Amino acid sequence: MADATLDAKGLNCPLPILKAKKALKDLENGQVLEIVATDPGAVKDFEAFCRATGNKLLGSGEEDGIFSFQIERVV
Amino acid sequence: MADAGMDLGNAKKMTIICTKGSLDWAYPPFILGTTAAAMDVEVTMFFTFYGLTLLEKDLKLQVTSLGNPAMSMPMMGGHMAMPNMVGMIPGVTSGATMMMKNLIKKKGVASIEELREAAVLSDVRMIACQMTLDLFEKDKADMIDGIEIGGAATWMESALESDINLYM
Repeated sequence: MADATLDAKGLNCPLPILKAKKALKDLENGQVLEIVATDPGAVKDFEAFCRATGNKLLGSGEEDGIFSFQIERVV
Repeated sequence: MADAGMDLGNAKKMTIICTKGSLDWAYPPFILGTTAAAMDVEVTMFFTFYGLTLLEKDLKLQVTSLGNPAMSMPMMGGHMAMPNMVGMIPGVTSGATMMMKNLIKKKGVASIEELREAAVLSDVRMIACQMTLDLFEKDKADMIDGIEIGGAATWMESALESDINLYM
């Protein structure tokens, strides 16, 4: 269960990343942000974002063109 | 910790020299600058020549088909080429700008104002070129708050300690 959710549907690069970064800042270490997006580019970008920032991509999925990501904040 | 990514920490730095002030060319530096900042990179952007206009409070950015043979706009399921020549006709530049801005909105692409605000909020260091201010008789009062004024040596100092230096 996520501690916060971010609706990034309809937003294009780099807005999902920028908004996710902002939302993660409001979370504490170990809390989870759930993101929903429609930008197919976000799939690779969230993987890269998590690798570079050390935040943990717990999972991701796609259903009917809606992508979802669960990211755990790692401080 | 293996899970903690590439451990970029705060050590990584990037500079971008922004030299162009058209609507289309305003995107690459602000997209990469804000994204890098979101990935914990310390970013310095140096605005010189036409790029200086990107710091003005009131942005009036335009896009032109002149000298831009690759420009083709999606239209009614196809693409409309923008012949170089028509760019000379009065009104075509503002028409192309309006078309581009509509597309930007429709496709959920950020406005330059939005990206610039994100850059300010994520502590991107923005330096306006003193020489350009003098050359084009621009006033710092017309620029957004929070910027610095500097010259080539100011950028150079940042560039020397940066991992990535881009010129756009």
